[in-house]
Amino acid sequence: MASLDDLKKRIASVKSTQKITKAMKMVAAAKLRKAQESAERGRPYSEKMNNIILNLSEGILDKDDAPKLLSGSGNDKIHLCVVMTSDRGLCGGFNSNIIKKAKSYFDKLSADKKDLKIITVGSKGNDQLKRVYGDKIIANISFKESKNANYFDADKVGKMVIEKFEAEEFDICVIFYNQFKNVITQIPKAQQIIPLNVKNSERDKSEDSYEFEPDEDEILNNLLPKNISTQIFKAMLENVASEQGSRMSAMDNATRNAGEMVDKLTIEYNRSRQAAITKELIEIISGAESL
Amino acid sequence: MSDEFKIEIVNPEKYFLSKENVTEVVVPAFEGEMGILKDHISIISFLKPGIITVYSKSGEDKFYVEDGIVEFKNNNLSVLTSSIFNLKELEKSKLQDLLKEAEEESNNSEINDQSKYLVDQKIEVLKSLN
Repeated sequence: MASLDDLKKRIASVKSTQKITKAMKMVAAAKLRKAQESAERGRPYSEKMNNIILNLSEGILDKDDAPKLLSGSGNDKIHLCVVMTSDRGLCGGFNSNIIKKAKSYFDKLSADKKDLKIITVGSKGNDQLKRVYGDKIIANISFKESKNANYFDADKVGKMVIEKFEAEEFDICVIFYNQFKNVITQIPKAQQIIPLNVKNSERDKSEDSYEFEPDEDEILNNLLPKNISTQIFKAMLENVASEQGSRMSAMDNATRNAGEMVDKLTIEYNRSRQAAITKELIEIISGAESL
Repeated sequence: MSDEFKIEIVNPEKYFLSKENVTEVVVPAFEGEMGILKDHISIISFLKPGIITVYSKSGEDKFYVEDGIVEFKNNNLSVLTSSIFNLKELEKSKLQDLLKEAEEESNNSEINDQSKYLVDQKIEVLKSLN
């Protein structure tokens, strides 16, 4: 049995860990509110963007000269996966969930004999993926310096993806991120952004015909790259909110577990203290009796 | 009958502006300035760097945009843009920064014709604001 001193030390250390997790939980809760707000504020933009593109693409999709970002390159040999994770740990299953989702997708690809390329956004994903898929990772981007997710960063990723697409380095692009549902539920998602999947999306049913200035092709060519950045930005916002939510519930659990452990250790401490006292008493009594 | 319609300006971070009672909006469309009044035909166009002017009964607001898309439908004008500044709040120093950035970009020799055109536009507008 551990000595009294050891137990005392352990209780103190668990308590200080609990303080840390509690503080982290509160910080995450504060950040979560902000992240959630900005995720909600960011939604109208991507929704409107989507609507406009849907309206535009209706007429243009069947044409042969439809923009490649919309119709695809004609093949589906090389897949580019953009795996978006956080830069910090201690957020429960947040990163592993994305990685798991991504890995199952990778396995499917290799079963179908497709080529794979990976871009990781956020250092945690890179850490986990480089062990197995190190040779497939073509780039790693991390935004440790920027405090909040901002459009400028997303645009950088978007431009890089488009550049690689135009250089015909891949045919299909999928982004992986966590969609924020609520504090305890985040859904890992895989979303295809190139070619854009317009057929399965909900349409804003409007029979209105638009006037275009300049013509449809040019607008689409201008709009589609922007849409990619927008989708990536949306994913980033969802990810930030998910990360904080996940961290908050993980830290809440940790705090509770630490509390349980302190209770258990305190009981053990008291028991051994009593046992020691009893032992001393017995020694004194039996010593007195022998006189 | 009122001749007012609704405008929404959205940037990736938030609703930048939402106003129910505007009477006229002038946007710097790609092929020239375009004034929009109520019951305009449905239109989609994109923007070049310039000034959006929003007129309403209570006065006019001016915004500087660098790019974006406008959609007008059912008396609802949506402007999507990634960089927009309210001229009232835009400080001189920020303006100088933007101008410097644009000039640097313009001097970049690898720039293609279309972006060169846009950057030159941007410089022109920024200079006129100074």
